[in-house]
Amino acid sequence: MSPTTTLAPSTTLKVVRGGWPSLTGGGVLAAVVVFLAAAPWFVFSPGDVTNLVTLFALIILGTTWNLMAGYGGLVSIGQQAFIGAGGYGVIKLADVVGLPIPVAVVAAGVVCAALAVPTSFLLFRLVGGYFAIGTWVVAEVFKLVTQELPGFGGGSGLSLTAFQGVDRVTRIATVYYLALVLAVLVVLATYVLMRSRVGLGLTAIRDDSVAAASLGVAVRRSQRLVYVAASGGAGLAGALIAVNGLRVSPDSMFSVQYTAFMIFIVVIGGLGTIEGPILGAVVFFALQQLLDSYGTWYLIALGAVAIAVVLLAPRGLWGLLARGRYEVFPVGHQVYPQASPQAAQSVDFD
Amino acid sequence: MDWINAVLQGLLLGGQYALLACGLSLIFGVMRIVNLAHGVLAVASAYLALWLIQQTGMPSFLTIVIVIPVLAAVGYAIQRGLFNAALRHGELSPLLVSFGLAVIGANLLQEIFTADSRKISIGGLSTSSVELGQLRLGVFSLITLVVAVGVIVGLQLYLSHTRIGRAMRATKDDPEAATLMGIDERHMYALATAIAIGTVALAGVFLGMSTQFSPTYGDLVLIFAFEAVIIGGLGSLWGTLLGGLVLGVAQTVGAQIDPAYGVLAGHLVFLVVLLFRPQGLLPKAVVA
Repeated sequence: MSPTTTLAPSTTLKVVRGGWPSLTGGGVLAAVVVFLAAAPWFVFSPGDVTNLVTLFALIILGTTWNLMAGYGGLVSIGQQAFIGAGGYGVIKLADVVGLPIPVAVVAAGVVCAALAVPTSFLLFRLVGGYFAIGTWVVAEVFKLVTQELPGFGGGSGLSLTAFQGVDRVTRIATVYYLALVLAVLVVLATYVLMRSRVGLGLTAIRDDSVAAASLGVAVRRSQRLVYVAASGGAGLAGALIAVNGLRVSPDSMFSVQYTAFMIFIVVIGGLGTIEGPILGAVVFFALQQLLDSYGTWYLIALGAVAIAVVLLAPRGLWGLLARGRYEVFPVGHQVYPQASPQAAQSVDFD
Repeated sequence: MDWINAVLQGLLLGGQYALLACGLSLIFGVMRIVNLAHGVLAVASAYLALWLIQQTGMPSFLTIVIVIPVLAAVGYAIQRGLFNAALRHGELSPLLVSFGLAVIGANLLQEIFTADSRKISIGGLSTSSVELGQLRLGVFSLITLVVAVGVIVGLQLYLSHTRIGRAMRATKDDPEAATLMGIDERHMYALATAIAIGTVALAGVFLGMSTQFSPTYGDLVLIFAFEAVIIGGLGSLWGTLLGGLVLGVAQTVGAQIDPAYGVLAGHLVFLVVLLFRPQGLLPKAVVA
């Protein structure tokens, strides 16, 4: 399956993975992460820091939803099932079991991934759009069961008490660094996965699942893997949202609004790329901060922009910027004729 | 007696779900599109009827004469303007476009009509009932069930016996061959969506007459309609009717056990069908 073997017959081609755009882009991103790690000490107010946790959660949500929908071809509109499960889970794990907050957040993600395994066997009987609404039904079941379970606070929800007695700055800093580290790890893990043999198979599924299956890609198994991974990611994000907001309620945590946000982030940023959801999350977050006072009109505009992007620029903002030539996270291979490496005509081999 | 009553009320409720679901079934049957804006369009129809009644004072049932053509035109425009273009980009695109439409629709309704719950008044009809021994059946629910069966029979006859219906089925089976036979594929798809959204409009007005609705009520409508379609079996309109009835009975029997479990029981029956009979109860019994 190695791309170099498929290209071997022609010795006049030069195959490049990455190159200067990746080095520059990666360097810039690393600098941004270092800045974000240092910034709470001298730039941001505590309010900004709390807001940024939301951005990191959105990056996790966008990246993992894209892994599932963009590469695996599984459009789920029910990931709020795992956002809610992660949110309630972290509160139970921290308050009842007594795990330290960072451990509880990660454990909540693991629990959500585990919950996704049996769920997938049920939902994978549906395809395409019917899979999508099926995931929503599962999310509704999660919500209704959570409301009915004893000790989960019914319709009004739960508050996190594990932070009681911790001073505000320590609390905010803990959540901030935890969110930053998790967002970076989720993006890096996605990148490593997409460079692996499984990732190559997923890229093939993204382009044509029937052709991928005929070439021996284990389509179902790969899809299950990304579904479980994405659900774990949604659980992590939900747990971060819960420890950031300090309380959860069924209507807020299991809201289909999260799905709307994820779809906007990924579609506007660029479906089926690693860079797209990060860019989309930043754009979405900035718009939300600027236009939040417009309420419903803001959501109407987002819906219209998403439709326009799907129809007019299906590769999203990142696709418009990079035009398939540059990758910050080099997954694909660029092929140049050996004679003129700078030739504009490059073939994109993912 | 309570249980028999619960089952009977469930069948009546199922009539409403079947009526709501047949548009979803038709659009999927012809174009393989899952229209996530389905629920919002139903609720929008109810708001349009309410607005007409407030503006003109027309009788509640007369509003369908206006609401159905308006929504059918909206359906034609959505298919021609958005879904046809989205279909060219693969199967994810129509799903994403319809989700965008759902978000726009729900928020527009909220902007125009506020988030308050509303209901279309039908006077004494909402409380009148016929007695069967100790059982009481609501007249309006009976009308809804009859209308649901009527719409499904009508759609079946239309698809199997008219020239356009045959052209629609031909387009569904093989778009390229149908185009070679002189059928305009884009027009056929748009007509199918127009008819489907017309039934959604009818269902939406009936929904608004029977229950309180708000701009976000479309979410539940979409979920219930979807469950009815899957329980009944994809691509079968009679299956959709059966699915609606099963869902209605599951919800009322669940609510009989504990009022909080009604909706949950419906979801669980859906999941059980998915587990043991994923093709649905009446898969492709009749070609839709």
